[in-house]
Amino acid sequence: MNMLYTAVLSLSSHWRHRPGQLAMLAIGLALATALWSGVQAINAEARGAYDRAAAILGQDQLSRLERADGRSVPLADYLALRAAGYLVSPVISGELRDSAGRLRILGIDPLTTPEAAQGPALDSDDFDLAAFFTNPGLLLVTEATASGSLPTNLPPLAIAEDVPPAAAITDISTAARLLGQTDPSYLLVSPTQPFGLPAITEATELTLSAPDTANDISRLTDSFHLNLTAFGLLSFGVGLFIVHAAIGLAFEQRRAAIRTLRALGTPLRTVLLALSLELALIAFIAGIIGILLGYLIAAALMPGVAGTLRGLYGADIEGILRFDPVWAISALLITWLGAGAAAVQAMIRTTRMPLLAPALPRAWAQASGRAIRLQALAALALFALAGGLALFGQGLIAAFLCLAALLIGSALCLPALMTAALKILPTRNAFSEWVLADTRQQIPGLSLALMALLLALSANIGVSTMVGSFRTTFLGWLDQRLASELYVTAADPAEAAFLMEAIRDDVDAILPIVSADQRLYDRPAQVFGIIDHPTYRAAWPLLAQTSDPWDQLATGNAALINEQLARRENLSPGDILPLAGGLPIVGVYSDYGNPNGQAIVSLNRFTETFPDAQPFRFAIRINPDDAPQIATRLREEFGLPPDAVTNQAQVKAFSIDVFDQTFRVTGALNILTLGVAGIALLTSLLTLANLRLPQLAPIWAVGTSRATLARVELLRALGLAILTFVFALPVGLALAWVLLALVNVEAFGWRLPMQLFPSDWARLFALALLAAGLAALGPALRLARIPPARLTQIFAQER
Amino acid sequence: MRLLLAFLLTLTQAHAQGFAGLGTQADGFAVPTPNPNFTFPEDHGPHPDYRIEWWYLTATLQGEDGTDYGIQWTLFRSALTPETSSDWTAPQLFMGHAGLTTPDQHFSAERLARGGLGQAGVAANPFRAHIDDWQMASTATNGDAYNALHLSARGTDFAYALDLTANGPLIFHGQDGYSVKSAAGQASYYYSQPFYTVTGTLNLPLGDVPVTGTAWLDREWSSQPLSEDQNGWDWFSLQFEDGARMMAFALRSTDGSSFTSATWIEADGTTESYGDGRVTLTPLDTTEVAGRDIPTEWQLIFPERGIDIRTTPINAQSWMDTSFPYWEGPISFTGTHTGRGYLEMTGYE
Amino acid sequence: MLVANRPIAAKSNGMTNTLLDIRDIHKSYGDVAVLSGVSIGMEPRQTLALTGESGSGKSTLLHLAGGLDQPESGQVLLQGRDIGTMDDAARAKARRDHVGLIFQQFNLVPSLSVAANIALQARLAGRHDADFCAELADRLGLADLTNRFPEQLSGGQQQRVAIARALAPRPALILADEPTGNLDEDTGDAVLSLLLDLVSDTGAGLLMVTHSPRLAARLSHRIHLSRGVLEGA
Repeated sequence: MNMLYTAVLSLSSHWRHRPGQLAMLAIGLALATALWSGVQAINAEARGAYDRAAAILGQDQLSRLERADGRSVPLADYLALRAAGYLVSPVISGELRDSAGRLRILGIDPLTTPEAAQGPALDSDDFDLAAFFTNPGLLLVTEATASGSLPTNLPPLAIAEDVPPAAAITDISTAARLLGQTDPSYLLVSPTQPFGLPAITEATELTLSAPDTANDISRLTDSFHLNLTAFGLLSFGVGLFIVHAAIGLAFEQRRAAIRTLRALGTPLRTVLLALSLELALIAFIAGIIGILLGYLIAAALMPGVAGTLRGLYGADIEGILRFDPVWAISALLITWLGAGAAAVQAMIRTTRMPLLAPALPRAWAQASGRAIRLQALAALALFALAGGLALFGQGLIAAFLCLAALLIGSALCLPALMTAALKILPTRNAFSEWVLADTRQQIPGLSLALMALLLALSANIGVSTMVGSFRTTFLGWLDQRLASELYVTAADPAEAAFLMEAIRDDVDAILPIVSADQRLYDRPAQVFGIIDHPTYRAAWPLLAQTSDPWDQLATGNAALINEQLARRENLSPGDILPLAGGLPIVGVYSDYGNPNGQAIVSLNRFTETFPDAQPFRFAIRINPDDAPQIATRLREEFGLPPDAVTNQAQVKAFSIDVFDQTFRVTGALNILTLGVAGIALLTSLLTLANLRLPQLAPIWAVGTSRATLARVELLRALGLAILTFVFALPVGLALAWVLLALVNVEAFGWRLPMQLFPSDWARLFALALLAAGLAALGPALRLARIPPARLTQIFAQER
Repeated sequence: MRLLLAFLLTLTQAHAQGFAGLGTQADGFAVPTPNPNFTFPEDHGPHPDYRIEWWYLTATLQGEDGTDYGIQWTLFRSALTPETSSDWTAPQLFMGHAGLTTPDQHFSAERLARGGLGQAGVAANPFRAHIDDWQMASTATNGDAYNALHLSARGTDFAYALDLTANGPLIFHGQDGYSVKSAAGQASYYYSQPFYTVTGTLNLPLGDVPVTGTAWLDREWSSQPLSEDQNGWDWFSLQFEDGARMMAFALRSTDGSSFTSATWIEADGTTESYGDGRVTLTPLDTTEVAGRDIPTEWQLIFPERGIDIRTTPINAQSWMDTSFPYWEGPISFTGTHTGRGYLEMTGYE
Repeated sequence: MLVANRPIAAKSNGMTNTLLDIRDIHKSYGDVAVLSGVSIGMEPRQTLALTGESGSGKSTLLHLAGGLDQPESGQVLLQGRDIGTMDDAARAKARRDHVGLIFQQFNLVPSLSVAANIALQARLAGRHDADFCAELADRLGLADLTNRFPEQLSGGQQQRVAIARALAPRPALILADEPTGNLDEDTGDAVLSLLLDLVSDTGAGLLMVTHSPRLAARLSHRIHLSRGVLEGA
């Protein structure tokens, strides 16, 4: 113990002596931990929200009775089931939405809800049960929902836990009044039914659906979370590059001290144990810092994530982060694992280090040409794997594996490509020849940092190309789709009908907007009914179609479906859609930004199928010059609130806002990863700076000033960054292609054309140069100011 | 969803018969007043302007092999406001309790419902009280609607269906049905039909059991909760072998005192009411039931009628495991008199 | 004072009281034979100079004597125990308990203060004696430098720190490899004088490698190594 203690103290005195190195190591570990654990915290929070949402009213445990056509359950059916003795409980659910906000309403009957339907506790002492049951009722909402934007004219709110985000639980009578609906939306079925009754399915025409364990939202959002996880892993990996470099540097500088300790009688295993203890302690402290940072990052990103999930999937989470000790402990374990992994090389070198000193310190990361060739071979194998996965892979996991193979392969072949590139670069004189040769020699030492930079750059290029392509396509599609000049939302269908009649003669056309929720292929979907109008023919480009799709649609005996539904269910024109007794599909339209399946039928067919659904929104075609006048008239003459009449531009602006919100998180993670890669480069350059003195000293001795050497060092770092960028560009584009052609199709159900954004590349290029320049500046300045005595000393030591 | 304690408190406190005669019209509800003037069949039906009301039937039964059984069928009505509705709004709530006792088993079940849409409710003419598929419906072709009833209930592990025929008139407790419940003067409207004979079938997990026996129906309604110091009660309905009946209860106070009341019912239906202190109820032995000590054997002394009897439960574990749990089951008694009856005990913690 | 501090006696097996007994050792690096059948015996308190040309194998012999390396054949008996066949941990223990090493390159730990460097081996051996360390520092003229770090010292000062470190755990045997090789002649002479005085005072044996006959002459015994074979022992 005494010996171990002395060994730990002696070795760790190094860090007191070099606090900068310690900081580097801690920063690397903390950053790796922070980004990884931050992403994990976000994922856990979101998944927790889905689980809570899924568990609400026991959906994850209770079967439900629903009408097969998705309409509400007739009250008489419910009462008949109760009168026959069956234990079923009604729920009226729906959404309240006005210009001020929106709120999902879940109306329950606490008198009949089965015990498994865990809801908010209604029996606490201070809960006003009478108010809950009687007019105007009470809406139970979470604190976060209560402080969000809610519709106007709501009954009193009461704060409760166990309520889903953006939703209110209330008595069924209150829900019935607010939503104007008497029939239950569905019935919850108690798992135990009374004695001596036949099976419930024999007593009703309603459809019994099994408990929803993997609910629709978590299925939809899996891809998003996988995406985040991939980013987290990437950042963690890049952070470990820093750790690896810092540990390597420390090992190199303590090589003599370790040897001395052993010569003075410290056994090898004591040295290894001391190094491990020291690293564990540093990792512990850095891990704690990382966890705090990760929590801050996650908390900062959380609102963006919530926005993304709502914009992209309609999934409601609260945008607030809870602190979970299990998460913190697992993050700490990951830090230890990561630190251990990064230290493996240094440990192995310590073990193999002969007790008797060779004359010279060697660069710790000096990899042989053979290693570079082996890496290149591994890279080729990974590229082949990526290609195979791209061509033959199925599903999201395969798409991500393809991405991973592509990225790791690119990183692995970087040293070989760099070396080759440096060989073919022309040289003008002996000095530049030396610079190139010296640079080649440095590549093994810098390769890990350069790989990190390559990963960060190509991820950046790939993701920004994907997002940019998506955005451009989305905007073009919006321009086309939002063809009408005005969009009007009435308070109810009656008002809509009245308004449409009132202005019919003054406008070119009125297009009612009416939809109904309907499960298609056992997933939530929407069905729209449209009239036959040239607007649709012009504004709805079809990705696939039979002949005369619009004419066929107008007959009522055909349907159009969106791309998501077509891809997910492998449908194409000519197939039959299980809707209204089966309608042939005559076309597939693109429908970006919508997570769910969608179908369009003629308005007549729609009305027959969904007699309860009445339009309360409609679009107006009119000469654009006359639009403001009609809008004013609707507001003033008919007293519509300002928000109820919107023009094309407003709708577009709203859509674009939702879109941009959606990818804000991705952008933030991108920048963070690049920053981490910059730090990795700095660490590596610092590591190399001292080791390289013996190589620089002779050049200095033969008449190159220290300033020139420093400039060369700086330019060399910039040059390597440029080369890395040049390699990163094709990798990034390949990445973008995989994202657009594979990941998006699997994750969202739509395929986008790829577009190139050279201006983004230019910005990224500048960023990469900046990162490399900043990383190289410190070591270069130190070189410029190094006392000549240190350089002469090198000759003495090398004697 | 944990159950609605407030609802239950209203009910149970009301069942503790602590209806305040304090003269206040709390929350707009009506309160019982002396010298009631009942009109039938209307008063067999609900009184939504009173806070609390019940239709409470207990029956002591025997199988063909002489095995003793007992059943309970209760529909409670509790009003949040003195209004009725015909939609999801819920000014009137209903709670059904059903119990079935055998010598070695006790079954219980509970149902809750709101009154507006028809899931539960009571109609006076023709008389029918129901919640879900449980019902108590008049089958009388002439005379009082309560003269003949059909009764059914169903739990997760039992069910029963019984037909009841009354062999005597309705009887009224207290002063013509105005029943005082405390020294402070709280009261309820309270009448009974104690003269039923019963035939029917019990559906048990091991098979159906045909039974015959006698039954007792209580009707009671009021508006005021118990006074705060009253924490439980012990209620007896007894059938003597000579055809006489008797009702007795004690309302226990936290200070250990109790308020007793009794009604003597001759075989022809003539009654006499006895106020506080005329009947003495003494626990003789307790049984551990659901983790508490419940007095399951009692001594009932009623000097004015020469009665000194000891009651024994058919099944000491007659525990109603409902949202608000209590003991309710058939008993037999010996001593100066013998016979059968029903016992209800609440408020034992 | 120092004379009273006798070296820790080896757990004698009763067979010998020889301090170091090297018997017929052979060592080669690749195809090059460095030592071919060398045998040396050292009594306690003996000082022995080992001379030879560069590449004669004298450093290798010293390393074998300190258990830093292992012979291919032959025995290295340190106080009667063969350290040539021990595993790494046992050799390390023998070293820290019985051997003090002084290198040409000083081999101080740069991040430890002079005081911590002096105490290092004694601490590792679990035998730290602060008074003794202070006394050593005093004798070696380091008393005012104990809070400094090695890079702040001259070469002669650094070597005196190394000497103090070697002596601090009271080893039975000091092994010194060209201890004055990195120092100028005057400094070297002064350092060697201090080393010899202290070795004599503490009762340790000294095996010193040097290529200088002049320095070798100051020790009690001398042997010469030439191409892996002892001459004129």
